[in-house]
Amino acid sequence: MSIAKQRSAVTRRTFIAGSAGTGLVMGLGAVLPGCSREEAAQEIVADGASRSFSPSVWFAIDSSGAVNVNIAKAEMGQHVGTALARIVADELGAAWDSVSLTHVDSDPKWGYMVTGGSWSVFTSFTALSQAGATGRTVLADAGAKLLGVDAADVTVANGSVSAGDQSVTFADIVQRGDISRTFTDEEVAAMPVKTAADRTLIGRDVAAKDIPEKSRGEAVYGLDVERPGMVYAHPLLPPTRYGSVVTAVDDSAAKEIPGYLQTLTIDDPSGFTTGQAMVVADNYPAAMKAAKAVAVTWEAGETATVSEADLHAEGARLAADAAAGTLYIDDGDVTAALNSASATLTSTYRTATALHFTLEPQNALVEWVDGRCHIHAGNQWQSLILPVLAGALGVAETDIVIHQYYLGGGFGRRLFGDQMIPAAIAARELGKPVKLVFERADDSRMDCVRSPSLARFVASFDSADDLTAVDHAVTAGWPTKSMAPGFLGDGLNDSGKFDPFSINGADHWYTFPAHRVRAINNELAQSTFLPGWLRAVGPGWINWGNECFMDELAVRANVDAIDFRLTKLDAAGKNAGSTPNSVGGASRLAAVLRDVRERSPWGQALPDGEGLGVATAFGQERNMPTWTACVAHVVVDGDQVRVKKIWQTIDCGTVIHPDGAMAQAEGATLWGISLALHEGTQFVEGQVADTNLDTYSPLRMADVPELDITFVDSTEFPMGLGEPPLIAVAPAIGNAVFAATGKRIRDLPIRLAS
Amino acid sequence: MTEFELNGTVISSDSADDTPLLWVIRDELKLKGTKFGCGIGQCGACTVHLNGVAIRSCSTPLAAAAGQKITTIEGLTTPVGDALKQAWVDAQVPQCGYCQSGQIMQAATLLEANPAPSDDEITTHMNGNLCRCMSYVRIRKAINAAAPGEQEVGE
Repeated sequence: MSIAKQRSAVTRRTFIAGSAGTGLVMGLGAVLPGCSREEAAQEIVADGASRSFSPSVWFAIDSSGAVNVNIAKAEMGQHVGTALARIVADELGAAWDSVSLTHVDSDPKWGYMVTGGSWSVFTSFTALSQAGATGRTVLADAGAKLLGVDAADVTVANGSVSAGDQSVTFADIVQRGDISRTFTDEEVAAMPVKTAADRTLIGRDVAAKDIPEKSRGEAVYGLDVERPGMVYAHPLLPPTRYGSVVTAVDDSAAKEIPGYLQTLTIDDPSGFTTGQAMVVADNYPAAMKAAKAVAVTWEAGETATVSEADLHAEGARLAADAAAGTLYIDDGDVTAALNSASATLTSTYRTATALHFTLEPQNALVEWVDGRCHIHAGNQWQSLILPVLAGALGVAETDIVIHQYYLGGGFGRRLFGDQMIPAAIAARELGKPVKLVFERADDSRMDCVRSPSLARFVASFDSADDLTAVDHAVTAGWPTKSMAPGFLGDGLNDSGKFDPFSINGADHWYTFPAHRVRAINNELAQSTFLPGWLRAVGPGWINWGNECFMDELAVRANVDAIDFRLTKLDAAGKNAGSTPNSVGGASRLAAVLRDVRERSPWGQALPDGEGLGVATAFGQERNMPTWTACVAHVVVDGDQVRVKKIWQTIDCGTVIHPDGAMAQAEGATLWGISLALHEGTQFVEGQVADTNLDTYSPLRMADVPELDITFVDSTEFPMGLGEPPLIAVAPAIGNAVFAATGKRIRDLPIRLAS
Repeated sequence: MTEFELNGTVISSDSADDTPLLWVIRDELKLKGTKFGCGIGQCGACTVHLNGVAIRSCSTPLAAAAGQKITTIEGLTTPVGDALKQAWVDAQVPQCGYCQSGQIMQAATLLEANPAPSDDEITTHMNGNLCRCMSYVRIRKAINAAAPGEQEVGE
């Protein structure tokens, strides 16, 4: 649903042609709200001071043959520009060395801008392939004319159009060729894209284009940007996320600090940052010092005493209330199965609050120029924060420009640009550029954390002790409800709304005789903090319960955990899959599960205190399944759990950039371990208790186990990858701990000492 | 006024003695390759060299640099430094890249002292540097690749 929305924005495009002084220039403009065909044409003509060929807003070829690809996705470690440009360049027949990338600002012509959900390749692949193929078609025709041959007889490869032993380069064609053509939407959609066998770049290893500057300290992140005349700002955060009011500010001590300018209180009509104050200074060290010296008094909001235990207690209450929540899955008659059960098994799984902890702390530099608000900050979801900013500032969205930079970590934190709001308010009030920088503890306190969650499973069994139903209730704070309510889904039977990003994963590919899932919003969580989308989002914590409970069912049935799962992966009914995204359905999940069994020492005897655990995952959404199976080998020594090795088999369809894919899989796998064993905090008096590395401890090099990760060789449509390899890791570890110790772990992070 | 040598050039700063060296380097001297992460010396993103020793510039006062030699990622042009930067590209180490200046600065002091470190020695030396993207496997691989090796000892 959510993907369809943004995909339509990306793919609604049409060819346009315009005439410029130096000759005909052609463009394919994305036709978007606020950007008419004519405006798009002018934009492209204005950009093309000299003759260039731009058959799409997504790329242009200049008269030297250089290909520049515009990247509207945030670069936050996934080398997304390289992957997207490979798709264009492969179809276009470009020479890879001639390709460069431009990370663009938030101009409406780029369409709906979001980088998250592991969507980038999945949602861009078709449009970029067609754009590249359209360009190739025009170049082939124009090149054939220059060569005096039939267009059917030319090949386009490596930046040239060739026929027999003669060829013309893209540069020649842009300089001399007839590149003025128009196409309809339908013609673009029908462009002949290459078959997998004809591809020359996709699926082949390549060095990522962003890596050299990141290896020399030259990459520019939001924190690195300066504007002339800017001042520095440091937040003073209220005792609660919502509802706190500044009642007094005493900055008398700060006035002794050289460089201190003033303290502002922020009145944010959006409500996301209201109650904050802000120290302003002419340099950041002075701002840090003054922040300690300024005494702000707040009247605290209502959630000032809320604890993690309170949040879990509310989750438990809701999960046990059969009337609570939104009906998400209702297959078969679960109620009848429960009523007639000979036996039931009830388990409750919980996950603790977790932080994003992007290493680059939140920051934003805002400068107002002629009534327009220029924001310099790395961001993942420009189309989400722009309307929030417009509302808070009382200006049109078109008068706000977010300038993009490299993100010093995203992981979902930068899906929301809430730090931009107070910076923009302050910059307008002061009449000069304001650079707001969070220190680490404030970054953690303002984090849109992964909500604590609680899931209750009830399985029913008949007199033969065969499984008859699984009833699953899932409770958490919902990011989408607070930040993007338009993306909420509608439950079954008019049962209300649900957050798809807080329930994806519960709709798994195992076939149960009857299956019911309720999505329940924890309103205490919702009012205490801003729940966030943390890497792997819903499946990242929902699968903890899913796959550990599957293990419980296998143990109860006295069947091997992999065999048990395979019997449920029958690819029948709704689990059969469909073209193009889930071809093969659950049979592909079964295939990766069999593969990881083969490659791991599954079933072999291990020393005392060691165990193997298994889990599967299917990525972020049923409609974008990345089929994953994971085996974890753990060593338990007293109350210490150490991961010795992880095996993963991943089927994400076509892999665009294999080494980048492996890097994502390595990082995501280690994230899975980190969230299973190393990370986790709790709410104490309305705020997260752990705000820096002295007590919040993400995985370090010494904690890295051996990794054995394999991708399935596939030509199916490409799915997402940044998050899916994380999802099966924690339950595989939990199940391995059970294998090693006989102790069933139901709380994440795993803590054996209690 | 505090004078020190930064990447081979003597510079001066009028900032207060207790100003963290990080901000002098980044905001006064405009070398942005050194990063701000945790502010308490536990992530390593701000790592620079003071007379060849890796230090956390976020929690080192400017006064500690007076009369000393400070090297940042921009000035790391030793054979070990160049080898590390190339190895970082060859092994495709960085993801978001934010921590990598600090990782390279930290790694350089290992290889200057130990041209053929074991994996355990690498881990011990690098464990204070957080990579939030968790590119650790490749960091270790790149350090191994950049290590000049035993044969160069004594050259």
